[in-house]
Amino acid sequence: MKAIPVEAGLLLAGILFMLGLISVLVRRNIIFMLISVEIMLNAAGLAFIVAGSKWMEADGQVMFIFILTMAAAEVSVGLALILQIFHQLKTVDSDAANEMNG
Amino acid sequence: MNATFYIASAVAILATIMVITRYNVVHALLYLVASFLAIAVVFFVLGAPFIAALEIIVYAGAIVVLIIFVIMMLNLKKESVEQEEKWVTRKVWLGPAILCSILLVEMVYILATSDATVLNDNEIDSKAVGLSLYGPYVIGVELCGLLLMSGIVGAYHLGRQKKKVVHRFLEKVEE
Repeated sequence: MKAIPVEAGLLLAGILFMLGLISVLVRRNIIFMLISVEIMLNAAGLAFIVAGSKWMEADGQVMFIFILTMAAAEVSVGLALILQIFHQLKTVDSDAANEMNG
Repeated sequence: MNATFYIASAVAILATIMVITRYNVVHALLYLVASFLAIAVVFFVLGAPFIAALEIIVYAGAIVVLIIFVIMMLNLKKESVEQEEKWVTRKVWLGPAILCSILLVEMVYILATSDATVLNDNEIDSKAVGLSLYGPYVIGVELCGLLLMSGIVGAYHLGRQKKKVVHRFLEKVEE
């Protein structure tokens, strides 16, 4: 009854990853860049779930939980950095934070 | 169940496209929640109900709420939306979009030419995940604990407002 090809799941993960990648390359607003990184991490986790479902192993889901933990830690530190950048530069433009260039 | 997967996939892709094309951050976040919910449905169909619940609780719940709180603290005005419209022009997004689309086409080609494999319809319940998590992957769980700890410390340290300490004698000198 259920015949979902593995390729469809991997394709969905690939498309979502590509959309996140485009957004992180295009945007200058750091909040949007952080959101895009979340989309990309989620797509990577989706690929793990598809693989785990293919081989009927729990390892894919374990990997997703690790990715989830990493994403949560990353977003908290990233948002703290955004707050600091906004307080120091009064903008969310990532190009404004280029004072360390050579 | 087959149709559910494809419909949820389409919803996820559409919602993600809406996320990356919005100029207002809050609108983008609303579509992001829709995208996460659709991906949770995909997880459920793929036989991972525990992960589907985690996706809703952690991603659509905690992470999005965290971002919303930071947006509230930043107190962005209407000008930021106009600025965003000014930044994201066709000239800016066309190049990266084309290059990434080429990569996607390559991946579609690779997937389309490979032998089709069909997923099993058994679900992996949370008991198997838990046994695996606290069996062979216990070192990973401990590393995740370390990561979260350093995340908390880092977020506290970075997010702290530096108090401006002005000494009264120095203040007098300045006057």
